[in-house]
Amino acid sequence: MRVMGSETEYGIHAPAAPGANATMMSARVVQAYAQVTRLRAAGGAETRWDYTDEEPLHDARGWTLERGQAHPSQLTDQPPVLDAEAVALAYGREELELDGEDESGSLLMNMVLGNGARLYVDHAHPEYSSPEVTNPAAAVAWDAAGDLVGLAAVRRLASDTELPAVNLYKNNTDNKSVSYGSHENYLMPRSVPFGDIVRGLTPFFVSRQIICGSGRVGMGQDSSRSGYQISQRADFFEAEVGLETTIRRPIINTRDEPHATADKYRRLHVIIGDANLSQVSNYLKFGTTAMVLSLIEAGLAPRIEVHEPVAALQAISHDTTLTTKIRLLDGRRVTALDLQWMYHEAAAKLAQDTGVSDAIDGDGHTHAVLERWATTLTQLDSDRAAAATSVEWLAKLSILEGYRQRDGLQWDDARLGLVDLQWADLRPEKGLYYRLLSRNRMQRIVDDAGIAAAVTEPPSDTRAYFRGRCVSSFSKDVVGASWDSVIFDVPGYGRLQRVPTREPLRGTKALTGGLFDRHREAAPFLAELLGSAPAPPPA
Amino acid sequence: MAGQEQQQPQPRDTEVEEEVPVPPAPADAQASASTQGVDDLLDEIDGVLESNAEEFVRAFVQKGGQ
Repeated sequence: MRVMGSETEYGIHAPAAPGANATMMSARVVQAYAQVTRLRAAGGAETRWDYTDEEPLHDARGWTLERGQAHPSQLTDQPPVLDAEAVALAYGREELELDGEDESGSLLMNMVLGNGARLYVDHAHPEYSSPEVTNPAAAVAWDAAGDLVGLAAVRRLASDTELPAVNLYKNNTDNKSVSYGSHENYLMPRSVPFGDIVRGLTPFFVSRQIICGSGRVGMGQDSSRSGYQISQRADFFEAEVGLETTIRRPIINTRDEPHATADKYRRLHVIIGDANLSQVSNYLKFGTTAMVLSLIEAGLAPRIEVHEPVAALQAISHDTTLTTKIRLLDGRRVTALDLQWMYHEAAAKLAQDTGVSDAIDGDGHTHAVLERWATTLTQLDSDRAAAATSVEWLAKLSILEGYRQRDGLQWDDARLGLVDLQWADLRPEKGLYYRLLSRNRMQRIVDDAGIAAAVTEPPSDTRAYFRGRCVSSFSKDVVGASWDSVIFDVPGYGRLQRVPTREPLRGTKALTGGLFDRHREAAPFLAELLGSAPAPPPA
Repeated sequence: MAGQEQQQPQPRDTEVEEEVPVPPAPADAQASASTQGVDDLLDEIDGVLESNAEEFVRAFVQKGGQ
């Protein structure tokens, strides 16, 4: 369908050590997963991130923000460094001094995984960025694989009796004014004018929360009002278009960091989504958005302009009856369901006209997404009990309403806040989403075996295959990697060999699988790949 | 993907009802339909919820994020 991927920042909490430094805890999560994979694979799999091509200050509207003008959190092209203060807070100053060495320098903050993903410390959260995939079912699988990666780290840390256990939560807010993101990325041709993307996507993003919102107890950024709303993120958006991701969050983000051949592609960075545990919500989030991008590329997006999109986004989030009507600039008043149906209708027509939804000759995904989308919208309108088995905010609401009825709880009761939080706990014995899943109350797109495989296997049909196989096959010789490079340090080569991977659809199993099968050692692998013998070391 | 479920859109037989404008059901009435059979699930959840809800929720404080 389209190259896409997910990024999930996890909420992190050590109940036994409420004051623990969040960056330090996040580093422990990455470190723990490195230990888990080393035990399993006997190979480092702790490849460092290559920051060379990161361009977080490039704006898709055609300019670059000056470094001095950027918020510190926007400088994601620098490796994070723990200062002595953070280390001391976590381990105790005396221990640090006794140890006599700068532990911050040895702490692992970044890994490239054998499945092609990246696991790292993003400021104060552990973050998992999935490998590039080409369809929404794969996006669900490799995104859910990140939850298993986090779970493995949590288990490892729980077995350490010296330090407090850490919990990870796949949610987006602490309900005390802080929000952390779950981002999506979609590859697009650079030739599409950015203004078209803004116009085409804004009404869609304002309304798509009704199929993929995760639900939230609390209204307003600081939950100063009680109640339940559709989206975890909606109240944290303050602008229509912009480069920021941590302040003045915009509905359309303009970060222009293609991680690919820059004059050919843009990587559309989407920051408005909720982190999803529900597979169907996640599937629809990726599948429908990819189709709307196809509409925009074809110049066929519905001509809709929402009056005050940020206010509309929040009004829709605050109304679980889905009856709120928002104003369009042409005077129409429509519900979120109306907006979604307009997009569905246009997407279905384009898919039919181009043949991508054809049962035999189609792309194998568009037809399924269109059907699931229509079914979900129909259920949201008339059969909410059915929708509650797939739409995340409704599934969570069904438990919360159960508590409200059985125990007579008001929305500001702490137990409902706990249900909201614990819904997203990654541990299956604690996480309420997983309790529903184990009772077959949540529908699946991918089975457990498929998700488990995605923890170790890269997707076969993107450059993530090359990255992942390099990391797992030649771990001792791969010293760095990024979305668009793999860096080898191989004996016999005079200097580091940086293999660029700028085409997201190259480096596939079909193209490079044989190469990996033919070579057990990095040097001959590289020689065949680069078509040359090792260069002599510099004199 | 393995295990993919396809849910076919069902032909709708409720169109007669739909032609009559119905005021939106109150949230409680909508919820009662979706909470049928939830009781034993709630019992299970009671057993896994963290013990001190108020303290636990209050202590869940996050630093800035994207």
